[in-house]
Amino acid sequence: MNPLILRGVRPYGEGDPVDVLVRDGVIAAIGSVAEEGAEVVDGNGAVLLPGFVDLHTHLREPGREDTETIATGSAAAALGGYTAVFAMANTNPVADNEVVVAHVARRGREVGLVDVHPVGAVTVGLEGVKLAELGTMAKAGVRVFSDDGHCVHDPLIMRRALEYSKALDVVVAQHAEEPRLTVGAQAHEGEQASRLGLQGWPAAAEESIVTRDCLLALHAGARLHVCHVSTTGTADVLRWAKARGTEVSAEVTPHHLLLTDERLATYDPVNKVNPPLRTAADVEVLRRALAEGVIDCVATDHAPHAVQDKDCEWSAARPGMLGLQTALSIVVETMVRTGLLDWRGVARVMSERPAEIAGLPDQGRPIEVGEPATLTLVDPDATWTVRGAEFASIAANTPFEGMELPGAVVATLLRGRVTARGGRIAE
Amino acid sequence: MKHLLTTEGIDPAQATAILDTAASLKQALEGREVRKLPTLRGRTVITVFYENSTRTRVSFEIAGKWMSADVVNVSSSGSSVGKGESLRDTALTLAAAGADCVIVRHPASGAAHRLAGWLREAGTSVVNAGDGMHEHPTQALLDAATLRERLGELRGRRIAIVGDVLHSRVARSNVHLLTALGADVTLVAPPTLLPTGVASWPVTVSHELDAELPSLDAVMLLRVQAERMHGGFFPSAREYSIAYGLSERRLKLLPEHAVVLHPGPMLRGMEIASAVADSPRAAITDQVRNGVHVRMAVLYHLLAHEEETA
Ligand SMILES: [Zn+2]
Repeated sequence: MNPLILRGVRPYGEGDPVDVLVRDGVIAAIGSVAEEGAEVVDGNGAVLLPGFVDLHTHLREPGREDTETIATGSAAAALGGYTAVFAMANTNPVADNEVVVAHVARRGREVGLVDVHPVGAVTVGLEGVKLAELGTMAKAGVRVFSDDGHCVHDPLIMRRALEYSKALDVVVAQHAEEPRLTVGAQAHEGEQASRLGLQGWPAAAEESIVTRDCLLALHAGARLHVCHVSTTGTADVLRWAKARGTEVSAEVTPHHLLLTDERLATYDPVNKVNPPLRTAADVEVLRRALAEGVIDCVATDHAPHAVQDKDCEWSAARPGMLGLQTALSIVVETMVRTGLLDWRGVARVMSERPAEIAGLPDQGRPIEVGEPATLTLVDPDATWTVRGAEFASIAANTPFEGMELPGAVVATLLRGRVTARGGRIAE
Repeated sequence: MKHLLTTEGIDPAQATAILDTAASLKQALEGREVRKLPTLRGRTVITVFYENSTRTRVSFEIAGKWMSADVVNVSSSGSSVGKGESLRDTALTLAAAGADCVIVRHPASGAAHRLAGWLREAGTSVVNAGDGMHEHPTQALLDAATLRERLGELRGRRIAIVGDVLHSRVARSNVHLLTALGADVTLVAPPTLLPTGVASWPVTVSHELDAELPSLDAVMLLRVQAERMHGGFFPSAREYSIAYGLSERRLKLLPEHAVVLHPGPMLRGMEIASAVADSPRAAITDQVRNGVHVRMAVLYHLLAHEEETA
């Protein structure tokens, strides 16, 4: 692999532009560098960040390769500035055993665009009844366990999962949704759903599970990660639990940082997601909680769906939206442009914290000599118009279609190798 | 008017025009031997019912036929509708077959809105004949027509809607329409059967039917579906009946002129005492009769009226 020079870039968006020399997969020098025969990426003052890590990606392989594959999802990730993704376990077959997780990891390595980490199911078949073989899967390299799509709602099973996971040094990630409170739920329970006649998904269904799980995690002395936080009350609970010393981390999706249930007025299921879009007041609280570190990181919940599963009546549509290629821009729009986060903050919530939560030793590292050249170069001044059909994903279900968004990924590097550049996958 | 999907935000003048048309159609047809007007000759109206409702389907069908439209029924048993074809594909088929108007009943809230979107290019009109827990605009119009017959102008009239407001498309459509026409609407139900955010609706809310009755001009009862009894929305049919049923005792609390409405089918003995349902104060059969004229008026405004004014 030839040496590479990132010319005129600003690490964390700070200071004057510098050159970064990448050799043998690591950062070899920062400053004014010259290297014979090096490939040059012209930065033009772009912001250099550690590569993004997504704790919550649905890659749909195995089972729904008509909507996404590990190859297409990896490409979408690289184009979105990601260098590692966690592939959720709700595939078909479910990733609740070492065979499926090993397959996902192997396909990820073969594609080679991002580090694909399989998430293992907490319970067999995501059924919430019997613990999956967490130890065997952990031995196969699984760092994060989740029944995402379903809540581990039985408090005893959740307690056991947390306790058991302690010995494995892994994290249990919960999709917090009390199922009895969301029977038939179609939208955030509030004025908008009442008006539209859509059965409500009350905030308390999330908050009650998060509260319970925080108490269980504290009791067990185990690590809990809360998926896609969506309500004001959950942010309050997290603040309280962290103050008591609970080892809890949490993520928020880009769409919950921007969109509200006002979007439901047209009944277009492109806006249908689980947990549902909440109110403008919730959005405001989530942004602040992320800025303050009460919510640790951004995770996409990238959820590709086929046209027929979205272009239908609301109640028949599957929940979920694409996220990998728009995440950075939504974070710029909602957090950077509002002054809530600077670029160091972006690095924290999109790279460093998710890498720490999942225990990845070589992702989310500081931009320093000797560190892995796993990096994302961002043009903060660029704007672009979202066209779902042009995404690397097979599916095109983006709620941001036609929107003009700020901030663009100039290049993504995985251990010194350019994976994406100028909006294209590198050859 | 291109579609009738909702009564939310309905122009009171537009609503009044439909009600006036319905009243004059009723007058024109009264006592006639051949109840047929040539207005919609050559127009094709298709009813697509994903949910059984003989009452509503037949009413639309008769309305179409009395206007001389060609009316085709598609119901969920034995058609592509019942064989898992998507609503979108059904919409495209109906448009290709030349439907001028599609009347749709569907268990999903918003289905009529989606249908209107898919039919945009074909220019087909859509009438929402009930979508999930959302709306049932022609029911509200026929209720308003019945109330106007009995009470005259609705401005300033006090109307209570009693029962399962939460799941009721009839209640939603009536709240929008009756308040647009100037009536004061009170919702009377246990808190479990009221929607979240009802405080922002242009209505007052009460849990005490007895307290409301003496000042009402009309009381509109809603259906209580059997599955609600097992959903923990209220403890028992008996307790519901005691608290919210319109008994003979309660009928006496109403002013002499007050009207009783029910969209049917009725749970006699629980929602409404049999003697109340059969009393002259109840306008339940008038509602059914007016349903045909109101639906004729709606079809007229959708399919004929526009051409005249355009
Ligand atoms: Zn989830």
